[in-house]
Amino acid sequence: MSAENEKFPKQHIVGFLGSLVLTLAAAWAAVGSGLPTIWIIVSIMVMAVVQAFIQLFMFMHLTEKNGSIQVGNMLHAFFIAAVIIAGSVWTMSFGFSHNHSDDGGGGEEMQMEEQEHNH
Amino acid sequence: MDFLLNEFLVTGDPLIYGAMVSIVLVSIAIVFVLTYFRKWGYLWREWLTTVDHKKIGIMYIIAAIAMLFRGGVDAMLMRAQLTLPNTEFLNSQHYNEIFTTHGTIMIIFMAMPFLIGLMNFVVPLQIGARDVAFPFLNAVSFWSFAFGAMLFNLSFVIGGSPDAGWTNYAPLAGPNLNPGPNINYYLLGLQISGIGTLATGINFMVTILKMRAPGMKLMRMPIFTWSSLITSFIITFAFPILTVALALMTIDRIFGSQFFTLTGEGMPMMWANLFWLWGHPEVYIVILPAFGIFSEVISTFARKQLFGYKAMVWSMLIIAGLSFLVWVHHFFTMGAGAGVNSVFSVTTMLISVPTGVKIFNWLGTMYKGKIRFDTPMLWSIGFIPCFVLGGVTGVMLAMAAADYQYHNTYFLVAHFHNVLIAGTVFGCFAGLTFWYPKMFGHKMNEKLGKISFWFFVIGFNVCFLPMYFLGFMGMPRRTYSIEPEWMPLNVISTIGAVLMAVGFLVFVYNIYYSFRYSEREKTGDTWDGRALEWATTTPVPFYNFATVPEITGPEAFWKMKQEGGTTYDKENLEPIHMPSDSGVPFIMSAFMFVAGFGLVWEWMFMAIAGLIGILACMVVRSFDYDHGFHVSVEEIKETEEKAREGEK
Repeated sequence: MSAENEKFPKQHIVGFLGSLVLTLAAAWAAVGSGLPTIWIIVSIMVMAVVQAFIQLFMFMHLTEKNGSIQVGNMLHAFFIAAVIIAGSVWTMSFGFSHNHSDDGGGGEEMQMEEQEHNH
Repeated sequence: MDFLLNEFLVTGDPLIYGAMVSIVLVSIAIVFVLTYFRKWGYLWREWLTTVDHKKIGIMYIIAAIAMLFRGGVDAMLMRAQLTLPNTEFLNSQHYNEIFTTHGTIMIIFMAMPFLIGLMNFVVPLQIGARDVAFPFLNAVSFWSFAFGAMLFNLSFVIGGSPDAGWTNYAPLAGPNLNPGPNINYYLLGLQISGIGTLATGINFMVTILKMRAPGMKLMRMPIFTWSSLITSFIITFAFPILTVALALMTIDRIFGSQFFTLTGEGMPMMWANLFWLWGHPEVYIVILPAFGIFSEVISTFARKQLFGYKAMVWSMLIIAGLSFLVWVHHFFTMGAGAGVNSVFSVTTMLISVPTGVKIFNWLGTMYKGKIRFDTPMLWSIGFIPCFVLGGVTGVMLAMAAADYQYHNTYFLVAHFHNVLIAGTVFGCFAGLTFWYPKMFGHKMNEKLGKISFWFFVIGFNVCFLPMYFLGFMGMPRRTYSIEPEWMPLNVISTIGAVLMAVGFLVFVYNIYYSFRYSEREKTGDTWDGRALEWATTTPVPFYNFATVPEITGPEAFWKMKQEGGTTYDKENLEPIHMPSDSGVPFIMSAFMFVAGFGLVWEWMFMAIAGLIGILACMVVRSFDYDHGFHVSVEEIKETEEKAREGEK
């Protein structure tokens, strides 16, 4: 194991620095860039995806042989992530339909606000 | 001084004064005994710094039994309060604290550590490995669990216990309705021990996937190892959800954010959603290893190969997959609507299918077997009817429309105790008595074991069956005073609880009695076992296997016994590479405790000091170039000859 370990870990350093730069850039985009909100969201998401790939390829042994376990694990992880996010959104966004006020014209947001005031 | 008496220490309750006095006395007694017998060095060298999976497993189990005692005392206090109407044995606040700590301790600090302890001891032996994949990380797991548990348990004498239920629902657990350190203890105690659990999940996943003996394909693994592998997957994917939820609520409470608050666009029910996204897989984390234990025990004592091995594996995989798809059934009454509730009703009921498959496989294993009724087998046979009862009432609860009636009543309380005690606790007792000879070199006394089994199993049914009817009568969960018409059933229930307590005490006494009087084991194969852990000598040498056998089929040891084969192949001995002990996990976890205690009291200087300590330990570890040591062939020979004397 020694010969392999003593090699300069170039890939890891590049990946580490890349992750740091992308994280700082995302923080700057959110806090200091002054871009329109939509562009902030888009840029953060793009940087997140890039960083995810950096992590997967440079740290997570995705390119090694015997990668089938890694791929299976990742697919499972994506499945769980989808369940958590989509499931939460779906179960938690139930309507506040018992609106007793007379004007039926208010949008859902209006109804939610009223609901909060009523309590 | 004023702060000390009014806020820091919990004052005004004689029960808690008694607890304080006993904590001080026990601590003094431990220090005295260790000093008098000069055991400090021994304790540090052999236990606190160990990375040996067997010793870590034993420490987990000891801690879990201590926590079972603490949680059991909580349960007895609750039963005492609920026996008669209008008692003021506990006031409502104290009652709230006790049901909260009872639930949290039993799930997080008793059930999981008990099973993880058994996994630690058994899994590397079953797959022919010499330790887990990351022995150092394993020690970090144990010590962060131990210090997390200590932090949580400290709450009832310092600062006050958490009192929002083990589910800790927002907004009740939020800063507005529950100021003070109590809920912080819950959040940080679970956070610190959760780090350990997550690391355990990763550790065992890698161990089982990468370190099996040559020839042991996945489908040749013992069933307990399979259950541990699947459990590790669930831990690895479920615990991050808890970590995030706890962190969000900690930020809510300490730094004033509004994730789960009523005001400022917070969503209190999102806590319940995240909690159960973790919490339901958690239920399977504590039941699947128990299923594995029962499978091993039933197959060994029915003296037959496990019936339907493949179906067992697949049903566990399906249960693991479904475990992430049912969480909303814990809060049907939130009112998410018919669409959401029906989907989660169906997924919940689906889980009973693979579980039913497993039940029939256990029955099939026993069918026409020559059954021996030793204590581990009694626990396993007792498990089946008691657990089925819990499973059937679970399907009743799964129907969303009906759940509106059962929700938050004693029907639910009876249901989940029926699955968790009959499943997990019986499983822990079965596993401990089954592997006890391998751990300590002697069996637990059979007669005492049977007495404790009968007290416990009869008490268990007497305690929890009446609760179903109390639920139908409308007795709500988490109430501290009962109506007169609920009294007769509550009295019966309390009698059952006392019987269970007697069973537990006999079990603990049995540990002492067996240590003194049980015959020492002469061979490694106590029960005529079938999996590889019985191929080792008793006591197990620290390197487990002098030579790792080639595995050619399922039930590795059974085959070895018929065809010949050994874990001590004298001709092919090689030096064994073993990891070195380290004090860093203990010290690092102690720093986690310091940081956690600082955050509980919102003393940032202390929290920051603790975090710096943790980072320092990580740095120390990163520059640690100790790659372990080699056990020489002579030492292996000497150890093995000595251990195998009895076999000749």
